[in-house]
Amino acid sequence: MEKSLNWRETIITRLIRVSGYSAILFVAAIFFFLLKEGLPTLAEVKLRDLLAVRWYPIENYFGILPLITGSLIITVGAMLIAFPLGIATAVFISEIAPRWVREILKPLVELLAGLPSVVLGFLGILVLSPNLRLILDLPTGLTALTGSILLGGIAVPTIVSIAEDALDSVPRSYREGAWALGATQWQTIWRVTLPAAKSGVLTAVMLGIGRAIGETMTVMMVTGNAPVLAIKISSIVSPVRTMTATIAAEMGEVASGSVHYHVLFFIGIVLFLISLAVNIAASSVVFRAKKRAERILS
Amino acid sequence: MNQPRPFIFYCLLSVFCFLFSACSPSSEPSPTSYIENKGSDTIVNLALAWAEKYQIEHPDIRISVTGGGSGTGITALIGGSADLASASRKIKQEEIAEAQKNGIEPVEHVIARDAIAVIVNLENPVSELTLQQISDIYSGKIQNWSEVGGEDRPIVRLSRETNSGTHIYFLETVLRLGEKENKTLFSMDTLLLPSSEGIVAEVRQNPNAIGYDGLGYVPHDVKKIAIATSAHEAYVLPSAATVNDKSYPIARDLYMYTAGEPTGILKDYLDWILSPEAQEIVLQLGFVPIK
Repeated sequence: MEKSLNWRETIITRLIRVSGYSAILFVAAIFFFLLKEGLPTLAEVKLRDLLAVRWYPIENYFGILPLITGSLIITVGAMLIAFPLGIATAVFISEIAPRWVREILKPLVELLAGLPSVVLGFLGILVLSPNLRLILDLPTGLTALTGSILLGGIAVPTIVSIAEDALDSVPRSYREGAWALGATQWQTIWRVTLPAAKSGVLTAVMLGIGRAIGETMTVMMVTGNAPVLAIKISSIVSPVRTMTATIAAEMGEVASGSVHYHVLFFIGIVLFLISLAVNIAASSVVFRAKKRAERILS
Repeated sequence: MNQPRPFIFYCLLSVFCFLFSACSPSSEPSPTSYIENKGSDTIVNLALAWAEKYQIEHPDIRISVTGGGSGTGITALIGGSADLASASRKIKQEEIAEAQKNGIEPVEHVIARDAIAVIVNLENPVSELTLQQISDIYSGKIQNWSEVGGEDRPIVRLSRETNSGTHIYFLETVLRLGEKENKTLFSMDTLLLPSSEGIVAEVRQNPNAIGYDGLGYVPHDVKKIAIATSAHEAYVLPSAATVNDKSYPIARDLYMYTAGEPTGILKDYLDWILSPEAQEIVLQLGFVPIK
């Protein structure tokens, strides 16, 4: 009897260990594949041409700067919208809303997370972009702003769901302590609960950014995809082209092994490095916060 | 305690065996024959209509039709995942080379003709343009509708993505006016939309926009522009008649490519496509029959 238990135990432990390692293996394999297909770019295209401002691959213009700035401006815009909205919603659901409201709101928000992005894209084309054009008096409604608003909408459920979990796991005694000191509800939320849940909230925002920068279908449908360098303030209301949309739109066409093919993979590497940087930055902040907490406790 | 390893090994082995057995082709001969038709988004509706009609007459044949762009179809033909690649442009030299490397000799079949209509919003008073004017609009030399006799509005240029055969045809025939040495490019702020529907949707609601699309895809709630090759020639609206008498300047052949000379059911299907019965469908969908 004991022996068969041991048997099962060992198998289960090993299976779990294998699935744990496989995650590392997959990431490594993907990165290796990206490098293998993308790095030949550096030999085929001069760095100066790669850092140029014209992207027109069928005539061998491979300037990727417009694509990078396009992705960044949309992501920053989406975060400016999703961050306050997401955190505020999470605080409301976790701290303020009465129990019954909360039990309706949370599943609804999570349902929103399951909305296919192509559906949002259609809403963007048919409803959001015509109205944006009329309200802001723009030449066209297919702009970075349209993409940002929709991406913000996509990132909000992710942020709310994770941030709410983090707020929820702050021990009740923290809040009771604050109230006992005479703090108002707002002071408790702002000075006690939110800082205590900081690492979870940061994770939420990080995942939100990841969701936004990697999103493809929606931005391809609503941002106009014009490869224009987006570095002015007015770029937010102009069409832009993102890295993801470029890969998605052009991958089907390229002959494998061609220069264009390698450049598309190179863009993939850039995208990978950007998400890596976001991850490292966020986890270092979380790490520092933890160390400080440990210092105080010890 | 060292026993678990062989156990896991057998587990994995059985899983692999299962996977491989699932992948192996079934020995039963299938009662139906399949034709996989992939490629140009311009042709996809036409190809679907043909496939539906043909399958009614030949219930033993299944034809599956998917779009994705001319390049996508040709890549699939080269990779062996399609029997028939529809294309709205001629196959490129490098694609032929790629195919030959895979031991495939692509054979070209002209299956219909298509006019490219230049479209604007119904509210836009402009209804005639010369090829030169359209070229200047798309290259960015003309920035405002007032320069071509319209209202004082900025011009928003819409184009298909660069993987579209229509995009390349428009670049060569309109932007570069068919001149080989002409290196004019699309203005950088040209919007590249991933579908015909995207272009029509934007033109329908935006009076600043100008777009182009295959005649078969242009609905009645946008305005087609009459085009002249030069200012002192007649402005012509696109239609089957003006394409066949060559008076409309932006018209092209549509192709299907096969890997090698077609045989068997593929040959029957292509022969049927060129029959009067199938070419009648071409006309119904707004394209131009080849005869």
